[in-house]
Amino acid sequence: MSDETKPGLKSPLRRKLLMGMAALPAVSMLGRPAFADVPATSAVNTTGLAVTDSEVTVGILHSVTGTMAISETGSVEAEKLAIEQINAAGGVLGRKIKFIQEDGASDWPTFAEKAKKLLVNDKCAAVMGCWTSASRKAVLPVFEQYNGMLYYPTFYEGLEQSKNVIYTGQEATQQIIAGLDWVNKTKGAKSFYLLGSDYIWPRTSNKIARKHIENHLQGCKVVGEEYFPLGSTQFNSVINKIKLTKPDVIYAIIVGGSNVAFYKQLKAAGIDLSKQTLLTISVTEDEIDGIGGENIAGAYACMKYFQSLDNPNNKAFVPAFKKMWGEKTVIGDVTQAAYLGPWLWKLTVEKAGSFDIDKIAAASPGVEFKGAPEGYVRIHENHHLWSKTRVGRAKADGQYELIYETADLVEPDPFPKGYQ
Amino acid sequence: MFGDYSISDLGAILAMQGFAGLILFSVYVLMALGLAIIFGQMGVINMAHGEFMILGAYVTWMTSNAVQHVAPSLFPGYFFIAMILAFIAAGALGMLVEWALIRHLYKRPLDTLLATWGLSLILQQAYRSIFGAREVGVELPEWMMGSWQATDAIQIPINGMFVMALTILITIVVFYILFWSSWGKQVRAVVQNRVMAGAVGINTEKVDRYTFGLGCGIAGIAGSAFTMIGSTGPTAGQLYIVDTFLVVVFGGAASLFGTIASAFSISQTQSTLEFFLSGSMAKVITLLTIVGILMVRPQGLFALKVRK
Repeated sequence: MSDETKPGLKSPLRRKLLMGMAALPAVSMLGRPAFADVPATSAVNTTGLAVTDSEVTVGILHSVTGTMAISETGSVEAEKLAIEQINAAGGVLGRKIKFIQEDGASDWPTFAEKAKKLLVNDKCAAVMGCWTSASRKAVLPVFEQYNGMLYYPTFYEGLEQSKNVIYTGQEATQQIIAGLDWVNKTKGAKSFYLLGSDYIWPRTSNKIARKHIENHLQGCKVVGEEYFPLGSTQFNSVINKIKLTKPDVIYAIIVGGSNVAFYKQLKAAGIDLSKQTLLTISVTEDEIDGIGGENIAGAYACMKYFQSLDNPNNKAFVPAFKKMWGEKTVIGDVTQAAYLGPWLWKLTVEKAGSFDIDKIAAASPGVEFKGAPEGYVRIHENHHLWSKTRVGRAKADGQYELIYETADLVEPDPFPKGYQ
Repeated sequence: MFGDYSISDLGAILAMQGFAGLILFSVYVLMALGLAIIFGQMGVINMAHGEFMILGAYVTWMTSNAVQHVAPSLFPGYFFIAMILAFIAAGALGMLVEWALIRHLYKRPLDTLLATWGLSLILQQAYRSIFGAREVGVELPEWMMGSWQATDAIQIPINGMFVMALTILITIVVFYILFWSSWGKQVRAVVQNRVMAGAVGINTEKVDRYTFGLGCGIAGIAGSAFTMIGSTGPTAGQLYIVDTFLVVVFGGAASLFGTIASAFSISQTQSTLEFFLSGSMAKVITLLTIVGILMVRPQGLFALKVRK
């Protein structure tokens, strides 16, 4: 059980590569010689997945065309980076990861069809994919029927749990409650104006926010709650209403192109975000690129990851990402969560000692990833992640400055009692 | 709802809300004018209208980048250059499209719908390949952002007033071109009777091409102006297309006056309702009202009396 048994691996280059990757999240490999023994394919793959002695195939399923391409591009980039890094570090159970990428084309039936193709034709051992809840709901029956494994990166409304999905983003309570507590405690906020785009995620999230504000925060109230059709570009009327009601906090969950319109018009209407507290859970560094840093500077966002996080993992991750995808790319919360997918899968497979979906699903709870750019994450029994909640403040250069983070990991609770 | 507020507070909000309605009105007119020319005067259902607008937005973005690199001192005024370039770019693309695609379909108006829809998909993917799938942020000169403090309580967005001024200017120019210039007479002659217009010596093909180009060019200017209030991405044009058609169809397809009247009534309804109800409900009620009126008056608010 040493390097000597595999002469080919003694090359200094390999060694150097390994050393050089100390910054990489290679923790799991340090304890044992990762290349020394490659277990037989028949032992690690009993259900006919696309695993050979030297390769294992995974799928990437995101929209690279259509409306959602704006958001999903970052996830694809992060997943490819993670796969490349895992391969450079020796692969999974000694096998290199090969990926097959399919385009969901922002169309939910297409997602379902491509998911079936990846599972049935390509026999993918895991799939990293989906972004919107609609696309996830479309592929969920496929993954359950054909017993596949999906790593889903987006923060979302919760109310779901499946043996066949690992949710690497936050569910709603993880993103909302700590942020509201923070703004209540440090800003003395008592009145909240809730805004959102009109679909399930903002509505469910605002419902949780409202329950928390009314039932758990002393003397706080919601002074307005409004939704706008997806793609709305006119917010002058609601901005006037905000001026009239003068809430302590504007709580905004507006997405997509509407976001840009909202913040530009807010600024144009003379609402100064350095004086008016605004807390959002829908604007990552990616969105700021379109909004323009100068239009949103001063706003607070509640996320689990910011590109500016100061920890050794992130200091290695950000340059690696920029090296692969260009100096100008930014990394938002979901991009980081997408990066976790391949790594968590690798760690789970190695813990289970098998590629079999059932064994991975069973082995997932308790898997920890100490190399996560956000710091440290662990998979919960409900297949969501324990992670910290953080509040950042937007700066004019498009980055967030970390203002607050929870002391401990926040437990994921996709079916929160008393919040539905 | 208003029990807790003072009279002066309410007065200020009323004034600002009035401006919000006028700004929305200007936005609607600006986005619908180009389509009104193409749809109203030529009968072409241009589904790619939003993509021509976004072309204007991307031209603005490129101009802003270029000016920042080459001549930063000109930056405060770059927007005017950008709008002219946007007009030229969108107009030129429009004429190219007319020559390559639309002119073969004048006798089949419904097919223009499919053809231009296909064109809109092609343009979207082209933008995505050229400029990337992510949205781009157009940086504006400092003077265009922020608000004008009319009184202590009343703040009027500067970019809103800019859009209003621009809309008035373009509307006047369009009306001048169509109703007072000799070229405008030719356009209207072709609209009323293509064969007869040809017989008296009007080059109908040329008139068609320039009319289409003009409509697309105005869309380009609109797109350029909307970088102040909206997003710039490959599919951002889709955000505008429904409202645009709504305004044109409700106004009566062949009437520019109708377009303006309909933009006014829709924007006022929408912004008043938005103030008293939530955004989504306001939209629902506005749409229901429009559907109701169109059931009674299928030809729209204003219709030319043409012998069929």
